[in-house]
Amino acid sequence: MRELSLHLLDIAENSVAAGASWIQIVVDESIVQDRLYISVRDNGKGMDAETIQKVLDPFYTSRTTRKVGLGLPLLKAAAESCNGYLTIQSTPGIGTCVEIEFQHSHIDRMPLGDLASTLLTLVISAPQIHWECQYQVDSQTFLFDNQPIMQELEGIPLTDPAVLSFLRQLIEEGIQNIQPLPSGISK
Amino acid sequence: MPTVKSLEDLKRIREEALQKRQVKAASGEANIVVAMGTCGIAAGAREAMKAILNLIETENIPGIIVTQTGCIGLCEREPIVQVQVGEQPKVTYGKVTPEIARRIVKEHVVEGKIIEDHVIPM
Repeated sequence: MRELSLHLLDIAENSVAAGASWIQIVVDESIVQDRLYISVRDNGKGMDAETIQKVLDPFYTSRTTRKVGLGLPLLKAAAESCNGYLTIQSTPGIGTCVEIEFQHSHIDRMPLGDLASTLLTLVISAPQIHWECQYQVDSQTFLFDNQPIMQELEGIPLTDPAVLSFLRQLIEEGIQNIQPLPSGISK
Repeated sequence: MPTVKSLEDLKRIREEALQKRQVKAASGEANIVVAMGTCGIAAGAREAMKAILNLIETENIPGIIVTQTGCIGLCEREPIVQVQVGEQPKVTYGKVTPEIARRIVKEHVVEGKIIEDHVIPM
C-alpha cells in the first residue's frame, strides 16, 4: 500500500471488525511543525497488552482465514523510517487508539493519497457506525460527522444517487478546500 | 468557491428520495458487498468501491445497497465483490478492477446478466 489513506482505511476496517459503534479519525497535516499525524480511535472490543504486541508482529493476525496480516507492522516500519512512530493504546472492553506520525517533509513519506475516497468508502459501507472525521491543515479544519446526516435521512439509504452525490461533494470539497498543494507550488 | 452543502440540501434530497421510493417499491433491491480486508484494500477494493459508487451517482441508479465485509479467505483473488439481486443466489466476482466493477453494476445489477468470466465458483 503506497498511500496513507489506504492504510487509514485498513486501520478503520479493523475498528469496524472490532465491533465499534463509534470511530473517530483525525488527520492532521502540520506544515508549520513539519508533522503528519493520523489517529483512529474506536469503542470496539479492545485488546490486551499481549495482543497489542502481536498485532505489531508481521506474522500475526486475528483473522482465522489466513495466517499473516501485514497492515500495521509495515506501516510502523514506514513511520519509523520517516522520524515518526506508530503506537497502539487499547483496553479490553473499552476500545483502541492507533496513532501514527511522520515527518511531513521526509523524502520517504508516503503521500496521503485519496483521503476523500477512504472516508466516503467507510461512511457508505458501514453506516451503522457513528463516524467523526477531522482533517486539519495547520489552522484550517474540516469536520465530518455522519450522525446528523443519518438522522436527517431517516432510513433513506446512503447509496441513493442524490444522497451519494451530496455526501461525495461534501467530503471532497471539504478536503480540497484546505488541502495543501504539493511542495514548490504556491496558491 | 465551491458550494457549501447544508442539511437543508439534504432535507430536499430526502423528500425526493421518499417520493421515488414509493414509485419503485415493487422492484427488488440489489446488494453489493465489497471485501475490505487488508488483502482486498491492498489489491484495489477502494477503487472498485469508488467505481461502483460513481456509476450509481452518474447513471442515477436507485435501489442498490453497497456494504463491506472483511477478508473471506480468497486473498489471491481480491478485490472481491459479491452481488445479490432480489431473491436470486449470491454471485461472487474476483479480480474486480474499476472497469469490471462498472460492468457488474451495468450488466448484472441493471440488466440481470451475470459476467461469467469473472465469477468465482463458491
